[in-house]
Amino acid sequence: METHNQNRLIIHLEDITFAYPENSLNTIDHLNLKLCQKDRMGIVAPNGCGKTTLFSLIMGLLSPDSGQIKIFGDLVSSEKDFVKVRRKIGLLFQDSDDQLFSPTVIEDVAFGPLNLGYSPSNAKDIAMTTLDNLGLSGYENRITHKLSGGEKRMVALATVLAMQPEALLLDEPNTGLDEKTKSRLVQVLNQLDLPYIVISHENDFLYDTTNIIYTMENGQMFPGEKIHRHHHEHPHSHSHHIKFIDKD
Amino acid sequence: MIEEPFANGNSFIHQIDPKLRIISAVLISVEIALFKHLPVLGCALFMAIFAIFLARLNFKCVIKRLYVIFWFLLLVWVTLPITFEGEVIYKLGSLNISRPGIILSAQISFKSISILFIFMTMISTMSINTLGRSLSALHCPSKLVHLLLMTYRYIFVIDNEYRRLQKAIKMRGFRSRTTIHSYKTYAYLIGMLFVRASYRAKRVHQAMLCRGFNGKFYSLEETSTSQTDIPFACIMTIIFIGLVSLEFFSYGNT
Repeated sequence: METHNQNRLIIHLEDITFAYPENSLNTIDHLNLKLCQKDRMGIVAPNGCGKTTLFSLIMGLLSPDSGQIKIFGDLVSSEKDFVKVRRKIGLLFQDSDDQLFSPTVIEDVAFGPLNLGYSPSNAKDIAMTTLDNLGLSGYENRITHKLSGGEKRMVALATVLAMQPEALLLDEPNTGLDEKTKSRLVQVLNQLDLPYIVISHENDFLYDTTNIIYTMENGQMFPGEKIHRHHHEHPHSHSHHIKFIDKD
Repeated sequence: MIEEPFANGNSFIHQIDPKLRIISAVLISVEIALFKHLPVLGCALFMAIFAIFLARLNFKCVIKRLYVIFWFLLLVWVTLPITFEGEVIYKLGSLNISRPGIILSAQISFKSISILFIFMTMISTMSINTLGRSLSALHCPSKLVHLLLMTYRYIFVIDNEYRRLQKAIKMRGFRSRTTIHSYKTYAYLIGMLFVRASYRAKRVHQAMLCRGFNGKFYSLEETSTSQTDIPFACIMTIIFIGLVSLEFFSYGNT
């Protein structure tokens, strides 16, 4: 097995419970989750079972009723703690219109770096490089609301990656995309050397982008199917291993 | 939704620094709004029309926009001359058409059309985006600027949602009639839009928090100055002072 440093624990949720005020049942019910450096985790589950809530909890947009959240080994609970978390973990929202609020693409992508304290010219450089890396050069002056759905998703991903995160949370990144954009997204995700969690309904998409799959049911996570398929057309820097949730 | 038919021209007015255009448009409009003498207002209107030609705006679009105030002005011309007291210049049956009423109507028409033309040439010739950025460069409160920019950004999304909802009710056989059922349905539809908009606002805010938003907006600002800026500023100053002196000169005469 890997040493601790090579496969350090990124996200660790312990016994998390969360309920919405209007709901008597727990949306998240004593849930445990571990994401390590080398993990590319897929979560597949029916609608309304709390996947998006899970991400909101990790990012501190909602706070759990009970349980502990550790990010990079540190216990996080206050808003101040989560401000730091948000700099390290990027969240791609389900609806890209929620994420792209600036008039032009470049302003939106540079928004994160500017908030991190980069100077306007540095922020612009970072934004341009990020767009280039995603094959979006030439998009910088496009008006965000005039982009197509697929373009919006890719630009939204650029806005997240421009923060230079150490881990990603992707909320149904493939829904509503055409085949071409979807395969580009798969390619982009596989080239990233980042641990991430992807929520998706599509098994094929998860097979192509993840190495562990979980299912969610009744607010808890269960180990899913093994990863069988190994016919990847794209280069990989890591090995695919089969993992199950460790319940300790 | 919101079209910007004038924003993509390439006349010399389009190339002038947007900040300068905003300042000129606001100053001259305020000036015109305060004038009282018809000859001066006529002069201003003439210059505003001339500016439309200078900016090489699509004539059809200009007329279309003028249509917005046409009904307002019509109402003014129908009501003011017969309701205003003063020297009667014409009797229409039992109605007295008064001279001050006519003058007031003319003043209102001249002022509104000139100001509209000035804003068309100076402000509509930049995109909303540029307008927002220039306003913030002019130290307009950043909350107002972002209110403007985000309204512009999300009005399309809300419009989309409206269309989706409208389609959904049509799919289920809804036909707009003057019945309580129709009104109720529209009320629900609008209520739903508000609900969705507030949820959306929450998610947008969350997305901003996730990207390190701390209540402060930074800008990628780059302003370009063109060679025609200084002559433009001079011309605007001359027009401004010229109109003011003309107005005062007219006071002396009356």
